[in-house]
Amino acid sequence: MKYFYFIWKNLGRKKLRTWLTVMSIVVAFILFGALGSLNAAFTQGAEIAGADRLITIHKVSLIQSLPYSYVNRVRNTEGVEAVTFANWLGGYYQDPKNQFAQFAVEADSYFEMYSDLLSLPEEQMQAWKKNRIGAVIGTSLAERFDWEVGDRVPVTSMFPQENGNRTWEFEVEGIFSAEGSGADSGSLLFHYEYFDEARQWDKGTVGWLMIKVSDPQNAGEVADRIDAMFANSPAETKTSTEKAFMESFMKQFGDIGTITGLILAAVFFTMLLVTANTMAQAVRERIPEMAILKTLGFTDRSVLIMILAEAILLALIGGLIGLGLAWLMIGAAASQVEAFLPGFAMPAEVWINGLVAIVVLGLLSGAIPAIQGMRLNIVTALGRR
Amino acid sequence: MKGFTQIFTVSAMNLRNLPQRLGASSVAVFGVACVVGVFIGVLSMASGFQRTMISAGSPDTAILMRSGATSEMSSGLGFEEIQVATQLPQVRRDAGEPVASAELYVIVDIPKRGTDNSSNVPLRGVEDGAFEVRDGIEIIEGRRFETGRNELIVGRAAQQQFAGLDVGNTIRFGQMEWDVVGVFSDRGGLSESELWTDVRVLQSAYRRGNSFQSLRVKLASEDALEALQAEVAGNPQLDMDVQRETDYLSDQAEPLSKFIKGVGYPLAMLMALGAVFGAINTMYASVSARTREIATLRAIGFGAFPVAFSTLLESLILALIGGVLGAVVVYLIFNGYTVSTINSTSFSQVVFDFAVTGDLLVQGIIAAVFIGLVGGFFPAVRAARLPVATALRET
Repeated sequence: MKYFYFIWKNLGRKKLRTWLTVMSIVVAFILFGALGSLNAAFTQGAEIAGADRLITIHKVSLIQSLPYSYVNRVRNTEGVEAVTFANWLGGYYQDPKNQFAQFAVEADSYFEMYSDLLSLPEEQMQAWKKNRIGAVIGTSLAERFDWEVGDRVPVTSMFPQENGNRTWEFEVEGIFSAEGSGADSGSLLFHYEYFDEARQWDKGTVGWLMIKVSDPQNAGEVADRIDAMFANSPAETKTSTEKAFMESFMKQFGDIGTITGLILAAVFFTMLLVTANTMAQAVRERIPEMAILKTLGFTDRSVLIMILAEAILLALIGGLIGLGLAWLMIGAAASQVEAFLPGFAMPAEVWINGLVAIVVLGLLSGAIPAIQGMRLNIVTALGRR
Repeated sequence: MKGFTQIFTVSAMNLRNLPQRLGASSVAVFGVACVVGVFIGVLSMASGFQRTMISAGSPDTAILMRSGATSEMSSGLGFEEIQVATQLPQVRRDAGEPVASAELYVIVDIPKRGTDNSSNVPLRGVEDGAFEVRDGIEIIEGRRFETGRNELIVGRAAQQQFAGLDVGNTIRFGQMEWDVVGVFSDRGGLSESELWTDVRVLQSAYRRGNSFQSLRVKLASEDALEALQAEVAGNPQLDMDVQRETDYLSDQAEPLSKFIKGVGYPLAMLMALGAVFGAINTMYASVSARTREIATLRAIGFGAFPVAFSTLLESLILALIGGVLGAVVVYLIFNGYTVSTINSTSFSQVVFDFAVTGDLLVQGIIAAVFIGLVGGFFPAVRAARLPVATALRET
């Protein structure tokens, strides 16, 4: 630590070059922060998924519905603790561009199932249950359309009501919040009973089932048992853990992870070269000085460490500024993309990976110059002018 | 004239010396190559997606869906409505019959080839008219499905991307078995990501009664669209929106291409900024390595401008080498590279190729030139302003 001032002074020797290098590192780490967060946003759904929850869908595809009777049959299956279900309404508010998720659910069992993620004040829950056309909305949805408790909201859906009308009216009875940044607070939940009575076709069916198993260890067995129960029926099922379900859905976007990884590798490698080049130049210029240091009694090792420390310091300045800027930018962008990327933020792991990347960048870029400095022979170096 | 000779002499000398500064120069070249590579790579994804979505649409085809439906997935039409709509005068007739196809659009779960990742693959039920409404359809292997049988034909792209879709195979969706009897192409368009079967078979397999999701018709002429829209709007029996197929397809493509471009352009700009810093650094190093040389030239009578120009030219040439390198590598690796993703508007997979177009290559090279000019400017100014007397004494 006592050489810090010396290292700092060395960085300031050619201010312009140091600043240019720092700026390229800043840019690299802005990209690192932004792409890392984007990648995390696409995978975080899987991380908040409960290990003890299963999802059962129609085997042919998610868009096909299951008979309502499945709910009770699954509820009576060994190893199942609780079951709830949902239907997708697929509607929009006023303009087709205003898409958001609406699910027809059974109030009690749904909130019980997700008691770890969703919370709704008790009196709002009671008011909702009393109102047939009542609905509860997530906090970010409330913010997006500026809705409040008591508002009547029309939602236009692909599902017609019995009278042919495609616009469903709901009364907002409550606003629920979602724990965990990735949980979905952008949706509207309403009564399945109202939906099933009023809709024109597909009556008596549910979209998918959510199941809580009594012992997460046996989740796989329970899933197999459920699927076996409906095998060879007109509506066969596919049951998987919530995590596997979300992961397989996210995978359908294609490999976002690989693409961001490739870009980051290209950026990182370029920055490595830029920084390494700067360090190499800096050391080359300073060869006589280093010879003097060694003459004064500095060991080979301390010269090595000093050069490495300088490289790491350079990377640290640029990297921290870059990550900081990325954090600010993401904060600003989060509200804009709330609708399709809920909970877009820079997670802790991006900071941690960023710090690791900074140190690696510093070590790699400083390695060759530092070894050169260490191996320096005093006599030849002093003579080199 | 003397000025030009000077510029030429100094620049030629400078470039011949480039190999001596190989280390620093290759950093600049590599930096620019990476920027141009990422830039072209990301945008070629957007352009490939757009090309697939839009290319097969034709301006004299109209698509009719339920009012307010945002995609075929969320539309629903009854048989009677279809009957009324196909009899409208703006619909082209061929031997007395309307050229139209009422279609059903569902998704089935098929794993991607070589993985067990399930994918939402679109399965479309079509009428015979579909092959006339879309003029680009060609059966490239096997034959068409027969009416009334559980037979499928698969798009070329779908066949490559998803498992078990070879001609002669039998695949199971739920309780039903389907024979794959043919492969079709559609000039690289969106249909190539789909599986097709007879709409009547699909209706009964999916218990859709006698309902459809969309109706595609050939217009009597390209400008008959407004008349058809007015006719449909004025008919109380019909609750439909009429869109030109090309407009519909570009609407479907918009969210995803916007997203890719929205990420791609800022990304490329940031990377370009990083490369500019790298280039400036390299060029300053180059100027300082040549300090004595430049001072000597100035002392024997060369002007400031030729010296500055040679520095700028060096930077430009390094950037161009980098740009071309990046463009060539990306072209070789990515052009025609096939990927598939889920299109959120239709909730189903679209298979598309990266399209590294000439346009993008030019844009990439322009970006490289820009980086070279900006990166060389300040160092060039410094080279021109070197104080001759002190510079001669520099080490």
